[in-house]
Amino acid sequence: MNETEKNTRREFIHVLISRHGAERTSLLPVLQEFQKKFGYIDGQSQQEIAFAMNIHPVEVNSIISFYSFLYDSPRGRNTVRICKNIVCDFHGSSEIADAVRKEFKLNSGNTSADGKITLEITNCFGLCDKSPSMIVNENVYEKIDKDSALKILRGL
Amino acid sequence: MKKDRKGPVLFSEYKPGSALLKAAGMSREDILFEIKDSGLKGRGGAGFPASVKWMLTASADSDRKFIVCNADEGEPGTFKDRVLLTEYPELVIEGMIIAGYTIGAKEGIIYLRAEYSYIKEFLENKIEEYRKNNLLGKNIASKEGVEFDIKIRLGSGAYVCGEETALIESLEGYRGEPRNKPPFPVNTGYLGCPTVVNNVETLAAVPHIINNGGEWLHKFGTDKSTGSKLFSVSGDCRYPGVYELPFGISIKDLLEISGAENTKAVQIGGASGLCFPESEFGRKLSFEDISTGGSVMIFDKSRDMLKVLKNFMEFFVEESCGQCTPCRIGNVRLLEGVKMIEKNEYTPEYIEKLKELCGTMKIASKCGLGQSSPNPFLSILENFKDEIFGKHLNLNYDEKGIKKSGITAAAHC
Ligand SMILES: Cc1cc2nc3c(=O)[nH]c(=O)nc-3n(C[C@H](O)[C@H](O)[C@H](O)COP(=O)(O)O)c2cc1C
Ligand code: SF4
Ligand code: FES
Repeated sequence: MNETEKNTRREFIHVLISRHGAERTSLLPVLQEFQKKFGYIDGQSQQEIAFAMNIHPVEVNSIISFYSFLYDSPRGRNTVRICKNIVCDFHGSSEIADAVRKEFKLNSGNTSADGKITLEITNCFGLCDKSPSMIVNENVYEKIDKDSALKILRGL
Repeated sequence: MKKDRKGPVLFSEYKPGSALLKAAGMSREDILFEIKDSGLKGRGGAGFPASVKWMLTASADSDRKFIVCNADEGEPGTFKDRVLLTEYPELVIEGMIIAGYTIGAKEGIIYLRAEYSYIKEFLENKIEEYRKNNLLGKNIASKEGVEFDIKIRLGSGAYVCGEETALIESLEGYRGEPRNKPPFPVNTGYLGCPTVVNNVETLAAVPHIINNGGEWLHKFGTDKSTGSKLFSVSGDCRYPGVYELPFGISIKDLLEISGAENTKAVQIGGASGLCFPESEFGRKLSFEDISTGGSVMIFDKSRDMLKVLKNFMEFFVEESCGQCTPCRIGNVRLLEGVKMIEKNEYTPEYIEKLKELCGTMKIASKCGLGQSSPNPFLSILENFKDEIFGKHLNLNYDEKGIKKSGITAAAHC
């Protein structure tokens, strides 16, 4: 990361803290909004946030590791979520997930080589009545199948 | 607001703002009385009387109090709060304001699960409408001194944060690890202040109770379970979706309404609930019989029940916060047991040991997650033992559980 990028992040952290306040209760909103802009929370920024909010950096890292929607390493430009819980599983969600893996050559990791998508196989996201569904960033696609899912993802 | 939904309470006609204006003309005691009279119990699963929670917070001595709307809805198979938030947000917002006025709280927080972040902006716009109409903010409904505002906080993807004290930890900026109780949030909640944590559906019932009076809720449901319940129905049925039905409805009737055929099993209460076989479809959904947060997952005769159980146990292994041993280790052991059965590598004795472990987890776990995760293990293995153990004969073992090569399954655990 070059200096300009580091500065951008640092400045944004201060914008966030002046928006939410430096109290401990603001930590999660700050982390969430930082991540929304930069995709993940890099180590340097974790430290910046920790110092600005007077929290030990290890604790900030421990918070990130606790919550499955907070990330400390780079991710794809789009987050694709497919549910693996039983209702979706019985409706074929794991086959859809396999098709996505194959299409984007996700062999070991969850992020495609071109950085286009990160696939998350998640627990129930409350769309069981429209199963199987897929959430791409903040868009919900209901009752998908292999073909419709791939079509949506190719179009990203 | 969608008009094609029908139900006795929540999905009945409602004029936005009406209950709020009525409540502003009532004393706090009168509102508490109506809520108590209605017999409204928490819809999040535990079924604690709403009026008791409100009364304890109302009488707590503190300058600062909070109303928290629990919209974490993480139990697998539950999506009714999503429907309320997207189609009936007025009920939820007004329920919170009325609760705030009643107990003397000026601040409300909606804890919205991260998976529902796509609803956040819509809700924020609704809240802003209420502010513009002088129904939120200072001097609500032109009533001097009545003050309340609502903000939304997003979760970050942790099922356990639906547990009320974990939710509070999370709001405070910590890992969402449940606290010991007591003290309860009604005394020592968010930032140490008295806090009411109520489920979305509990709060949504409040405006209707205010408009119609507490007694009215007794028209629906049973003696100990007044009113209606939202059921999130999914799985093998023609019409999955959210149904509002009076408490006391039988599993059988629910299956008929949702167009389920050839049903083998119904899981009630989500992953942490119980699984019922056909012989028990006459049982009723109410606090007296089967108490539930409303998740109903239907499995037809083609489904493999061991697969269902494995899926649930994987969920708990992932979602345990790891703070206490019975839950952290216990769930791993139960999942291992399921995998042993899957591979026909178990001894009946070891499965009995795991059932004993379930008893330990129920009494020794710190929060509801570890206390209830043994539910599916016990109920599925018991109610579907013929299917499961019939399919998975432990051919490698003799009747004493000794592996024919000489090692017992229990020995390598
Ligand atoms: C692991 C766990 C997860 C929970 N998740 C939720 C949830 O998503 N929504 C909810 O309202 N209650 C949930 N609860 C129950 C809450 O702790 C609490 O009892 C409830 O919010 C109280 O509201 P009520 O009295 O209106 O039902 C959960 C409990 C446990 C143990
Ligand atoms: S029971 Fe499980 S989820 Fe609850 S506190 Fe213990 S480890 Fe955490
Ligand atoms: S089980 Fe997949 S969304 Fe609920």
